[in-house]
Amino acid sequence: MLRLLHLELQKLLLNRTSKVLIFISFILPFFVILLSSLKINVFGFFTLELGELGIFNFPVIWHLTTFFASQFKFFFAIVVVSMIGNEYSNKTIKQNLIDGLSKKEFILSKFYAIIFFSLASTVLIGLISLCIGLYYSSYNEFNIIIRETSFLLAYLVKLIGFFSLCLFFGMLAKRSAFALAFLFILFILEWLGFGLLTWQFNMDVAESIQNFFPLKSMYKLIDQPFQRIAMTKFPDKGELMYDYAVHWYEIAIVLGWTALFIFLSYRLLKKRDL
Amino acid sequence: MEPILSINNLTKNFGHLTAVKDLSFTINKGNVYGILGPNGSGKSTTLGIVLNVVNKTSGDFKWFDGNTTTHDALKKVGAIIERPNFYPYMTATQNLKLVCKIKGVDQSKIDEKLEIVGLLDRKDSKFSNYSLGMKQRLAIASALLNDPEILILDEPTNGLDPQGIHQIREIIKQIAEKGTTILLASHLLDEVEKVCSHVVVLRKGVKLYSGRVDEMISSHGFFELKANNQEALISLLENHKSVSRIKVKDHLVTAFLNESIDSGTFNQYLFNNGIVLTHLVQRKESLEEQFLQLTDKN
Repeated sequence: MLRLLHLELQKLLLNRTSKVLIFISFILPFFVILLSSLKINVFGFFTLELGELGIFNFPVIWHLTTFFASQFKFFFAIVVVSMIGNEYSNKTIKQNLIDGLSKKEFILSKFYAIIFFSLASTVLIGLISLCIGLYYSSYNEFNIIIRETSFLLAYLVKLIGFFSLCLFFGMLAKRSAFALAFLFILFILEWLGFGLLTWQFNMDVAESIQNFFPLKSMYKLIDQPFQRIAMTKFPDKGELMYDYAVHWYEIAIVLGWTALFIFLSYRLLKKRDL
Repeated sequence: MEPILSINNLTKNFGHLTAVKDLSFTINKGNVYGILGPNGSGKSTTLGIVLNVVNKTSGDFKWFDGNTTTHDALKKVGAIIERPNFYPYMTATQNLKLVCKIKGVDQSKIDEKLEIVGLLDRKDSKFSNYSLGMKQRLAIASALLNDPEILILDEPTNGLDPQGIHQIREIIKQIAEKGTTILLASHLLDEVEKVCSHVVVLRKGVKLYSGRVDEMISSHGFFELKANNQEALISLLENHKSVSRIKVKDHLVTAFLNESIDSGTFNQYLFNNGIVLTHLVQRKESLEEQFLQLTDKN
């Protein structure tokens, strides 16, 4: 397993484009969160301090940072898609197999790399949230700190799921640009499906079915936190109430998709003549 | 002899097209094999199947004793298919390190192998900056990394300039001299003739011949003759029992033999009958002539 991970890391980290994109997708959100937590004096007129808004309180901070950081996942998606596309355009996939890598190992080495980067990103976000939280939060009891750390798990699963989808599209299209186009098409198709279901049945049925769609199910893992923050400001407005928690079945759905995408990628490679 | 690769009734269809049809042959340790065939005869497809990149339709093949999986067996094989495929953004050394990781061999041999192909002084240049000849030589170095039991080369000199072709050929010869089993697919016959002891001839995916190069067609060779009195020579040859066929082109008379005869005896016979030769060469058909005969006949 380490051998396969080493292989893939060498392929990625010696490539300048991948290195830049990996930096953007994982290190950049880290810095942005760090910066936003600092006191910013806007030309001496007023002081902007997001910490004062209470958004860096435990446990809300887990929700906020994971949601925010996951928006950067698209950059690493480009890396995932191009790591397949490059193997096809350089024909190195063929050479890898000839050199004695099995098709299963080829897919696994990509998958391990995905898990590695998702895990690294989760740990990074976890640490920065913990530090900022400890600094700003009004509540520092251990029980409150660990409450809602399930968002970190959701973040990890969301990244792995999304990148597995990219891996599958990469294998399917063989070219990075087409694979990204597929991703966009899937996004449109999901909304079309949603529209059709709403038209056929009603909004509630459509929404509950939509939650099973690949992209939507991944999005659903971490719901947008803005409404929740608004809720804390106006606790008496009942209509703002919504279910933002991470549920086990949401994780199960995404893990199901992940398994399916990895399996399909393998099947595709096995059936294909290179 | 110890078999390295046995292929049994291998067939591959691409849709309606049959690229390889019911092919069987065995590669034994220590020999240098050539796979000959015109373009599109199924050479690369056959190699692709045994190298795990093309799926077979039916039949089977086994590496070594047949107890290892194909991808594990391939770790003991060195192979280059068509064009050299490496990561363009990595240097030669980095590329070879990656191959070492895949094959699970030690990285200490990288410099030694780069030395063999004469790339040691360029080992830290990016692959994308290499010329085609250098790329091909790097591919050979990569195939040698694990000191393979068998080296498979598919059109190794394709697209190279004469100097590049010469370099590759010299490297192949060196490797063959060390006793490594080699399987060389090519449509360049002089290439195969120079290094191979055995050949497999394919046409349209069907095997026409497999065996030693010198036994490819049952032939006793021919004489190329010139004499001042050409008519007398021809009439004498027509009555000779060992001569099956005569071909005259300008002043050169070619006499094909149906049994082996010594050139001295033959010369003596002609001289006794009043013919003085100005030119006498005894030859066997070149691989090219044999190959054309074989592929035309079928």
